[in-house]
Amino acid sequence: MFKYFEPNKIFSITSKAPKYVLILFIIVLSIGLIEALILSPEDYKQSHSVRIMYVHVPAAWISLGIFSSITALSIIGYIFKIRNFFLISKSLAPSGFVFNIIALVTGSIWGKPTWGTWWAWDARITSMFILALFYLLYLIAWRIYKDDEKVFKITSIITILGIINVPIIKYSVDWWSTLHQPASINLLSKSSIHTSMLFPLMIMTAAFALFSILIFLMKYNTELIKIKNKGLDRL
Amino acid sequence: MYGRKVKFRFFFVVTILLILILTTFLVLKSLEENVVYFQSPSEIKNIAEIKKNKIRVGGMVKENSLSMQSTVINFVITDFKNEINVTYSGAVPNLFEEGKGVVAEGFLKDRNFFSATKILAKHDENYMPPEVKAALQEN
Repeated sequence: MFKYFEPNKIFSITSKAPKYVLILFIIVLSIGLIEALILSPEDYKQSHSVRIMYVHVPAAWISLGIFSSITALSIIGYIFKIRNFFLISKSLAPSGFVFNIIALVTGSIWGKPTWGTWWAWDARITSMFILALFYLLYLIAWRIYKDDEKVFKITSIITILGIINVPIIKYSVDWWSTLHQPASINLLSKSSIHTSMLFPLMIMTAAFALFSILIFLMKYNTELIKIKNKGLDRL
Repeated sequence: MYGRKVKFRFFFVVTILLILILTTFLVLKSLEENVVYFQSPSEIKNIAEIKKNKIRVGGMVKENSLSMQSTVINFVITDFKNEINVTYSGAVPNLFEEGKGVVAEGFLKDRNFFSATKILAKHDENYMPPEVKAALQEN
């Protein structure tokens, strides 16, 4: 069933949707930034530097989410030979990489006033750094190899190798003693972030997710145009 | 339902994943000493020999143990089982205070005495406004 996506139908969506997503992104980001920078309270211990969290945490979440999605799509695409899934993965990767870098940089900026250091080779930070390297490998692979069959295989291998790192990032703070604090938000237990701070965090996550969707649609649109130019009638 | 090639590729991916998970697990297990960012005072008590190289000790700054004499800061790191005395001179991060987490980097003099060259503050995963913290403390 996946083989018969009609490029024309998808194209009519991907060529129109970005502007609506952009408007929505600007609205949500504005609300998020006002909440995060002005309306939300300061932290009892970190005072105003806690506001870096509203960029740092969503960026880290989105980059992990995108890498997991890319891996799932690549594996399914490899097993069932679905060309379209590889193109979706390729279009998702750049925003995941950008958010990974944002998480590392904001983490560094946050680390200086709170921990007293820009960088520490602790398990959480190192594993997040390794994720950025995998993103880089993945993006470079798409640039180097032009042959479809080859690039599909190589990018699948990169994602499978990289996905092992994702649970390590998640549980690094529980398995080993790290400088990084444990997770504040768990699906099963009550969050240790006060509601007044949780709200802007969620809005900012929504804004970053919208940004990823926006970049994805634009990249995917380009891929569809390339296919059209090659004169292929299906993906 | 699916062709043989699809099944083959499925089991190929599953096998690779299992091998990778096992390899990663074994590697991390053997590297555990290097993966941890700091050791607790209890671990320091149990080390076989005191080496000359730089290590990190982490735990809580013991209540009422902090003393500052001109530029020298003395305090005790505790994990509520064992303790270690730390001496340090220099600037400390903003979040460094009694009863809070700390990681000290430096050299071990003996099992009870640590000379730090760098102090890092470790904070916990709780975030709340000052009013809420004050209300919590009243209860």
